[in-house]
Amino acid sequence: MTNYNFSSKFKHANIFSVILFLISIILIAFKGLNYGIDFKGGTLIELRSNNTEASSIRDVLKNMDLGDVNVKKFGKEGDFLIKVEQKEDNNKLIPEIKKNLSDSLNSDVNFRRVENVGPKVSAELLQSGIIAISLSLAAMLFYIWVRFEWQFSIGSIIALFHDVIITLGIFSLLALEINLSIIAAVLTIVGYSMNDTVVIYDRIRENLGKFHKLDIKDIANLSINETLARTIITSVTTLLALFSIFILGGEILRGFSFAMILGVFVGTYSSIFVASPILKYFKVSYKTIEKEEEKIVP
Amino acid sequence: MLNFSKINVLIIYFLFIFIAVFSFLNLQNDNNRLVNKKINLGLDLQGGSYLLLEINSDSLVKEKIQSKVIPIKKLLKENEINYKNFKINDDNLLLSIDNLEKFDLLFKSRKDNLVNPYIDNYRSYELDYTKINNNKIKISFSKFGLLTINNSALKQSIEIVRRRIDDVGTKEPTILQRGEKRILVELPGLKDPERIKALLGKTAQLNFRLVSDNNEFGTDELISENGEKLNISKRIIMSGENLIDAQPSIQNQNNEPTVSFTLDRLGAQKFGRATTDNVGKRLAIVLDGEIVSAPNINEPITSGNGMISGNFTFQEATDLALLLRSGALPTPLIVVEERTVGPDLGEDSIKSGITSLIVGFILVILFMLYKYKIFGLIANTALIANLLMLTGVLTILEATLTLPGIAGIILTVGMAVDANVLIFERIREELKTEKSIIHAFDSGYARAKITVLDANITTLIAAIILFAFGSGPVKGFAITLGIGIITTLFTAYFLARHLTSLVVLNTKNKEINI
Repeated sequence: MTNYNFSSKFKHANIFSVILFLISIILIAFKGLNYGIDFKGGTLIELRSNNTEASSIRDVLKNMDLGDVNVKKFGKEGDFLIKVEQKEDNNKLIPEIKKNLSDSLNSDVNFRRVENVGPKVSAELLQSGIIAISLSLAAMLFYIWVRFEWQFSIGSIIALFHDVIITLGIFSLLALEINLSIIAAVLTIVGYSMNDTVVIYDRIRENLGKFHKLDIKDIANLSINETLARTIITSVTTLLALFSIFILGGEILRGFSFAMILGVFVGTYSSIFVASPILKYFKVSYKTIEKEEEKIVP
Repeated sequence: MLNFSKINVLIIYFLFIFIAVFSFLNLQNDNNRLVNKKINLGLDLQGGSYLLLEINSDSLVKEKIQSKVIPIKKLLKENEINYKNFKINDDNLLLSIDNLEKFDLLFKSRKDNLVNPYIDNYRSYELDYTKINNNKIKISFSKFGLLTINNSALKQSIEIVRRRIDDVGTKEPTILQRGEKRILVELPGLKDPERIKALLGKTAQLNFRLVSDNNEFGTDELISENGEKLNISKRIIMSGENLIDAQPSIQNQNNEPTVSFTLDRLGAQKFGRATTDNVGKRLAIVLDGEIVSAPNINEPITSGNGMISGNFTFQEATDLALLLRSGALPTPLIVVEERTVGPDLGEDSIKSGITSLIVGFILVILFMLYKYKIFGLIANTALIANLLMLTGVLTILEATLTLPGIAGIILTVGMAVDANVLIFERIREELKTEKSIIHAFDSGYARAKITVLDANITTLIAAIILFAFGSGPVKGFAITLGIGIITTLFTAYFLARHLTSLVVLNTKNKEINI
């Protein structure tokens, strides 16, 4: 078993977390999130055309007067991603764009992917995304409240907020696109981070019962050390799988796997440095869990 | 925890083999299937089109309220209620009446069901009226009236969308109702949905109307196919409802593609009468408010067969015939969401998905072997069993595998070992205090049990919520992640535990390295 003194770093870590959290909120509020067409509405076209430059695609689209158009290279040479903002449903737009590109570009154009999300649907998708994340946080809160004591429940939920906000903050900072699969990633991060927190909390509760004399700070430190090997091994295997998707899984999964990789780091950090110290602020002791046990088994 | 009764062992392995066997069904040859179960590939992997269509019933409501004008006027007259200032105002009717009490009684009596039907489903009348001031009232559809209009339009639209798509002949289309106003269409393998979108975008309301000489009241000014301005009478001689068949054909004289149609008995009668009475005049064929062509009536057509020409290409004639055969949509359909993936991108996605799965899998296996030696082997066996069971369950459910779904499987690989890691680490700790190796393993499993359960249930909750709220590909991710958790619990807690017990019980009290 390792014997690092985590608890001595709690204070610094908490200040660090609060700063990161605030910066993330400021970024999200002022710089905003870079929503993809799933949430903003618009058209996305992935095409493959050898011997074509992004600039010539841009020129063709500029002549069409489409408003905000974004053309960029996507993965391999000759692959491009076009995004067109769109304010209302227009069923003629995609065929027109396709026709213009096929006619004007000198080489063959292979339209590999076309996505179009109307404004109404994108608003609904955003709404259901937000509901899904809120609901999962609420469900976690409830589960921990049933399985543990309320102090643990609040501790874990604060850690979860910390993870979600900071991950989104990093996405805002790097202007990475938020789409449906990022919501899936965020929800999985919620699950993963909770998983990590629960393992440590389980041990804290067990140790509270074993060592009545120890302060919660020392109990937390002991529990983190006892579970550290597991925390690291699981993070490593998960990261191995995630890096494999990130590097080999293709362009479409890149954003998703990147969000998950961030989430694993942030989630692991928060289980140790956010979820555990919070118990100290709630003055959790062996009495807390004993009281609870009395309540359950009268 | 290490003692297994023979029965338990039997159940565990039977269950494992029973489920795992299903995963091999996916290797069957497509032409010669023993059991018709397999994992379906999502549109993002096999290529295809996903369309979400929305009906717009506003125009329909306006149309329907207009059709109420005459019956209401008639009802008022018959019951000697005087009215004035009758006005059609968008989707409602405005009028002043002299006897409100009488009107109220009349409007909501079962007797006059023809004017204002009682909708049993909703326990409500189709129309509602509100009093604006003294004797002025506003008549409009009730909430439930609107709902019945919408629902019947949606049902009818689904039927016609199905007919049109079946007629084009794509393989295995899925056409489903989504919510109150939408139709979901999935067309696997379709590379270019533009033709289908164009076909679904047309309501295909066909009318035959006479061309009028003057622009007096009761005509619409429309542009003919040759750019001519024509006054078309508002009176509809016959509409597309009376068509029983339409086929593309080639007119012999000048090889021009045309559409020949056959009318039902009523249509033939109407058409016959109108063409007999109007020989020498021009008949406009109007589709969705545009003139297709306006030929001269040279002789009466009483056979019930006719032909539409209009400078078509053969493709256009084919599509028009298809639209006429399938019938008119009650309202225009708008594509509110579209996702199309070409087959080559789908193939690329499968390739990169499988590659990353294999690489991730091998990395995790090597890491576990390095970390836990013989027990790493057990964890890895459990991992392989886990993947077999996961694909087995997906096969039994005939689930749809999407690209995010593959990501879910890879993630399961990474996280599945967590259960065994938790257990093994716990055993390591127990071995320090416990003299008997068997006891150490026993209590290791027992103590880790709750933690493993707690930890996995939290991820399961996330997966379930994702499944409930996610759409399309994301749902695929939730499915694999969720099932992965359950198979992980089974393989770690039953299979791996049994294998561990075999190792531990056979080495007795010799040195065990974990």
